[in-house]
Amino acid sequence: MRKLVFAAILLAFVACKPSETTTGTTETSSTAATATAAPVRLQGAGSTFDTPLFSKVFDAYQKQGGAEVNYQSIGSGGGVQQLIKGVVDFGASDFPLNDEQTKAAEAAGGPVVHVPITMGAVSIGYNLPVDGLKLDGPALADIYLGKITKWNDRKIAALNPGVKLPDTAVAVVHRAEGSGTTFIFTSYLAAISPEWKSKVGAAGSVQWPVGIGAKGSEGVSGQVLNTPGGIGYFEMAYANQNHIKSALLKNADGQFVAPSVQGAADAGAGAAANMPADLKAVFVNAAGPTSYPIAGFSWIIVFQHQKDATKGQAIVNMLKYVVHDGQQFAQALDYAPLPKPVQDLDDKAIASITVGGQP
Amino acid sequence: MRRSSDDRWFRIGTGVFPALVLAIAAGIAYELTTDSMLSIRKFGLSFWTGKTWDPVSGVFGGYPFIWGTLYSSILALILSTPIALGIAIFISELSPRMLRTPLTYLTELLAAIPSIVYGLWGIFVLTPLIRKLEVLTPDWLKKVPLFSGPPVGVGMGTAAVILSIMVVPFTSSVAREILKNVPVAQREAAYALGATRWEAIKVAIGYGKTGMIGAIMLGLGRALGETMAVTMVIGNAPIVSLSLFKPQYTMAAVIANEFTEAADELYLHALIEIGLLLFIITIVVNVLSRLLIWTATRRFARVIVMPAAVEEPEEAVA
Repeated sequence: MRKLVFAAILLAFVACKPSETTTGTTETSSTAATATAAPVRLQGAGSTFDTPLFSKVFDAYQKQGGAEVNYQSIGSGGGVQQLIKGVVDFGASDFPLNDEQTKAAEAAGGPVVHVPITMGAVSIGYNLPVDGLKLDGPALADIYLGKITKWNDRKIAALNPGVKLPDTAVAVVHRAEGSGTTFIFTSYLAAISPEWKSKVGAAGSVQWPVGIGAKGSEGVSGQVLNTPGGIGYFEMAYANQNHIKSALLKNADGQFVAPSVQGAADAGAGAAANMPADLKAVFVNAAGPTSYPIAGFSWIIVFQHQKDATKGQAIVNMLKYVVHDGQQFAQALDYAPLPKPVQDLDDKAIASITVGGQP
Repeated sequence: MRRSSDDRWFRIGTGVFPALVLAIAAGIAYELTTDSMLSIRKFGLSFWTGKTWDPVSGVFGGYPFIWGTLYSSILALILSTPIALGIAIFISELSPRMLRTPLTYLTELLAAIPSIVYGLWGIFVLTPLIRKLEVLTPDWLKKVPLFSGPPVGVGMGTAAVILSIMVVPFTSSVAREILKNVPVAQREAAYALGATRWEAIKVAIGYGKTGMIGAIMLGLGRALGETMAVTMVIGNAPIVSLSLFKPQYTMAAVIANEFTEAADELYLHALIEIGLLLFIITIVVNVLSRLLIWTATRRFARVIVMPAAVEEPEEAVA
């Protein structure tokens, strides 16, 4: 019986999916013929990190006469795959396409454009009766490598003079599933620690040397909150909402900084100065006295050459809105608004998108 | 004439549906195989025994997940079988008539609770409890492999407890049916020989032994595939260990967790191959349990002969 129900659901799922997209496209093409201004429908999928911001921004965009954007929060990797398969019009991802994905995308629909649309900071939350715990990159790497197992370890004590650290075991928590947050976090550890780089590496999901995996940022923050001696990483918003203590991290300039929207924005502004041409910048451990070291961009990824003229134009308009007017919603939702230099670079990237061979 | 042709169409018409089920099962097997081809080609049979799961360098082995799935399911069976059989025996043999329906209903209600609810209960109630237990564990006991590990609360033991609760209604309802089907003559014969009530029940259990094993195997099938509740409390770390306190991982949980962000092809194919292995293991377990139940029911249909000796009923748990 259960198997049958499962099979039925599977069948229904398989049956629904293509029909949904086909109705979507037929609707767009028919409406596009009658009205040029409104209702074009755009399909997007990807990063869960972006979802709260997108809900707000796309809603506001539609209200002021923009296209209707349907965004599915299925995870960065999934968003990229759906873009490559042509199921969605744009993907959103917390990590840039790797070489393999770039090749796959080029084979499917030509080169892609990465447009940074927001920035976020990753908090290091901990559960100890100590306020304002200070950590640096090497200590954090040692914790996640399993080399530091007690909170009163000499390395941590050296960073926190005068603080009485308990003899509690360190309970390392990480994401169970692949995620953009993990990508930013492991990129940071790889940038700081050669050992991490060679043993584990930086990716959306890695082979963790120690610790327990919890699902989603809410899972990790919940686990840290529940476990005395726990330590975990998650998007800053979760630390604020759940009142979890966040460690102060030593940045590239030797300052200890708490995670903040401003700290992420400062790190991003520093990154804009030497941004690569494809805007695939990973700016962990950024320079600057106020920069927070674990921060990163999130990108909207689209094909550079759009085939459908109406849709292509709609995508360009939508991107412009997200990069400029949409940024006003960021701060309230714990995202860092894009600094001006990044917006300028984004404009250039958006201008490079061609519609039916025309810019 | 007409009637027979009507019957034929009726047979063909209804025959489509079971054929559909077979086609779907075959379709799933085909899809799982073709979609995991990259991984099957690259790792071959070593995928079953490989202990490394490293998405960064593209090395995948399913052994920790197979281990976690089987170990958690077997632990769950060890915990749930006595409880489930106790419930079944009480309801079918000892319970006052008035209590019978509400008790049956309540145990079956356990099966209706969505697994995510079990998972939440696990996180908020069971995990802190187990953590207390882990903290209280004396050091000498921690040297025993079964109880080693850090006191984090989540881990194999927590998952096994949750699973066992979820399995109980499945095992107990089938076991109850089996006991109900034991011919009255069996018990009467036992009483006639001067058996006590307990001894008469033992005869009944001995008679339905194969069916009981089938009931337990059905529970095993359920435990193998459980995803949500397990992933919420097992700790999700691909470790092969006997310890009840260490975080581990199951096949269903790794698929649920990593599928959305599996960005490159090989990674995706490796995950699908895990799905294929799970499919194979569940089918084998299900076929075995069906076979056992089938042989049991066939025995009921035969002329009743008292088993030569009353055997111990519960030796076949594992």
